[in-house]
Amino acid sequence: MSAQATVTAKARSAQAALRFVLPVIVFAAGILAWELLVRIKGIPPYVLPAPSVIVLTLIKDWAVLSQSLATTLLTTLEGFAAASIGGIALALLFNQSKWVEYSLFPYAIVLQVTPVIAIAPLLLIYLEQQTAVVACAFIVAFFPVLSNTTLGLNSVDRNLAGLFQLYGASKPQTLRFLELPAALPYILGGLRIAGGLSLIGAVVAEIAAGTAGAGSGLAYRIAESGYRLNIPRMFAALLLLSLAGIVIYGVLAVVSHLVLRRWHESALGKEN
Amino acid sequence: MSSGKNPPAADAGLTHLAVSLRGVTKTYDNGVMALGPFDLTVRKGEFISLLGPSGCGKSTGLRLIAELSAPSSGIVRVAHHEGMVQPGHGIGFVFQEPTLMPWTSVRENVRLPLRLAGVPKAEACGRADAALASVGLADFADAFPRELSGGMKMRVSLARALVTDPDILLMDEPFAALDEITRFRLNNDLLALWRSLGKTVIFVTHSVFESVYLSQRVVVMTARPGRIQADIRIETVEPRGEAFRTSAAYSDYCRKVSAALAPSYSGQSTL
Repeated sequence: MSAQATVTAKARSAQAALRFVLPVIVFAAGILAWELLVRIKGIPPYVLPAPSVIVLTLIKDWAVLSQSLATTLLTTLEGFAAASIGGIALALLFNQSKWVEYSLFPYAIVLQVTPVIAIAPLLLIYLEQQTAVVACAFIVAFFPVLSNTTLGLNSVDRNLAGLFQLYGASKPQTLRFLELPAALPYILGGLRIAGGLSLIGAVVAEIAAGTAGAGSGLAYRIAESGYRLNIPRMFAALLLLSLAGIVIYGVLAVVSHLVLRRWHESALGKEN
Repeated sequence: MSSGKNPPAADAGLTHLAVSLRGVTKTYDNGVMALGPFDLTVRKGEFISLLGPSGCGKSTGLRLIAELSAPSSGIVRVAHHEGMVQPGHGIGFVFQEPTLMPWTSVRENVRLPLRLAGVPKAEACGRADAALASVGLADFADAFPRELSGGMKMRVSLARALVTDPDILLMDEPFAALDEITRFRLNNDLLALWRSLGKTVIFVTHSVFESVYLSQRVVVMTARPGRIQADIRIETVEPRGEAFRTSAAYSDYCRKVSAALAPSYSGQSTL
């Protein structure tokens, strides 16, 4: 029996290794094919730069690009913070009063379904540039936090709610000890989506602002390099944006796992 | 509490009663009459079972006593010992499901009622540990609910109901979802706790055998709307144990209670 258990454990770890190794092989093969294609066909870098050229550009232009990366990350972080606090606060407000929810929820949806790229130019007219960019990131990212938190607050176990009522729990007590913990997995799910979306919002706003002639974020670098036909730098900036998105998602996923690992189904191993 | 609205003279008869329901009915918003008219008196320290077909309003009755819902008509009165600060603390409730908070430890779950009442942390933790010890789970205070078996979760739920030292313990089909072996063990443990703590227990069940084994009185209810069909006193040598479960007296009582329950399942009911 224990031998069998070892075999299944081995099979499982082999599968885990495959899940890691396979994408890496695909990635390496893709990069290699790209490099070979560019070299054999002799494609000039202003049409399609080879991966090696992109990496070299990244190193050469690191001073400029790292500056832009920091700007974009800061914007994303501010937008994400605003979206998290705003989304959760609004959901709590909705939870306290149905009147407020009925009055405001349609506008939250309107804000969500209107493409942010169309709102950005208007925001840039009325707000200071940095504020406008953060506002864009906020608009894109707050809705998943709001709707997930609302869902979570409404998913409280009925018997537990009855228990709190039985023991005469006050509204703040019910919120703190029951509703917020019960909603936590939903809130974290919303935050995970919001992290990626605030990066998108920041990039959209930067591009809109960039065409207006100002800004220094990564998206602005992409637009600027495009005008100058500096294609390798466009790719390098894109690479950084991609990496930033992956890191944001990874950090939020790890935080979510650490917070939920002791109790929530989503964070438990399959064998339990 | 509802007793406060009544003249003091009416309260005089309540001194040795734990719970009294007079002409209580409950009609839900959708027009379904779940209960009544229903009269029930429970003496202090008594262990009674409410037995009936599903949907007969047993749970509704418990919720009325716990003041989790209000009666449509009639009077519900629950006795409280002096010095009760907040309503509800004289009542411990055990639900059909363990109803534990999955995000926190067993100790925190048991401490919850005290925490809500503002009992200082050190004292509350001590009382939570004592309550856990009384249900045999002293070693599991730091475990999380998902790490426990179904029977252990139910014990935690029982410990939480006992932690406020309530006068009345309301139990809503607490062992219905457990396997028979676990259920028998918990039956014995519950009887032992009842004997040592002297609480009033109102136990809702749909098992004839469980109701006869546990209670001093079995109140058999009719199908919806729930009324009292029979009120059967179970008299035997105390303390009860496994010997009672296999005795002739036990099977006689089971037969008697089953007979009282028969109209509910033999098709004579209106449903």
